[in-house]
Amino acid sequence: MVQGSLNMVGYGLSAVGPGIGVGIVFAAFINGVARQPEARGQLQTIAFIGFALSEALAIIGLVLAFAI
Amino acid sequence: MISSLWTQAPAPPVPPGTPAEGFKAPGVEDFNIPPIFEGVPVLEWFDKPSIQLILAALIVYGFFAVATKAPSIIPGRMQFLAEKFQGLVRDQIARDNIGPDFRKYVPYLVALFAFILVNNVFGIFPFIQFPTFSHPGMAYALAAVTWVIYNYVGIRKQGFGGYIKLQTWPPGVPGWVRVILTPIEFLSNFILRPVTLSLRLFGNMLAGHLLLLVFIFGGEYMLTVADSLVLNVLSPFAFAFAIVMTFFEAFIQVVQAYIFTILTASYIGASLADEH
Repeated sequence: MVQGSLNMVGYGLSAVGPGIGVGIVFAAFINGVARQPEARGQLQTIAFIGFALSEALAIIGLVLAFAI
Repeated sequence: MISSLWTQAPAPPVPPGTPAEGFKAPGVEDFNIPPIFEGVPVLEWFDKPSIQLILAALIVYGFFAVATKAPSIIPGRMQFLAEKFQGLVRDQIARDNIGPDFRKYVPYLVALFAFILVNNVFGIFPFIQFPTFSHPGMAYALAAVTWVIYNYVGIRKQGFGGYIKLQTWPPGVPGWVRVILTPIEFLSNFILRPVTLSLRLFGNMLAGHLLLLVFIFGGEYMLTVADSLVLNVLSPFAFAFAIVMTFFEAFIQVVQAYIFTILTASYIGASLADEH
């Protein structure tokens, strides 16, 4: 007998999207640095903003999974 | 409702004669720290997280006060650290995101970064081991300060109408798209920004700490309570993974403080931007 909240299963499924998004952001960052190593500083800032924006979806999902 | 997260009803009483229960996974109720001054009328709100907030403010203030008390051309160790920290925020965060007028906002950004960093590191600091921002109210307050600042700065620079236009009326968009785009921009820039800013910090701290709790309580259960030799033998792996996750947590805590600061700078920069 398994007990628990079905919310967590839903959250796990919904975390796939932001996971792919974060992967794409950092893949692009690595590509950019590989092509132009001196642009690393600027790219890092942009990459972390992109990371934060994609991650927001996963975090909202986590909070709603606990809250609703 | 999110606010109901921390006021859950206590678990129903276990009827007598129930056999010994299995492993009970840690949950959000483990974040409800019992009050210190139970029943004292004025001090009742004063619990561990609020003490941590005050402690963090004192640490940040004390560090920078001591480090810059007697500045010298050749910096000592603490002055060097403080200058490096301030330089990182000024060059990497403020200048890149705010633009030419960045100098005014550096003090707020430095204080914000240091304050969030200290509060997050409390999550893995021995004898404290509770991230302050895993209670959402604290994160809401921080995001509210940032919200007020970037709106105030934008309104002062552009005027009220100009600021609203800048945030909701992106140039060069065909008219029929605006019907959809303007409400989305309004929602995104004025309502979702502070919400995501605070929930990101809160959610990361909650999830990371919960992960550590799962591995440590799980390892303890496997070692001391479980009746199976296999589980007893396997329990060191749970503890080892808890240690690995602690290092990962340390990384996440620094990254979250960085992201909160960088997003604040980027919002201020967007409010100050000239129309193209």
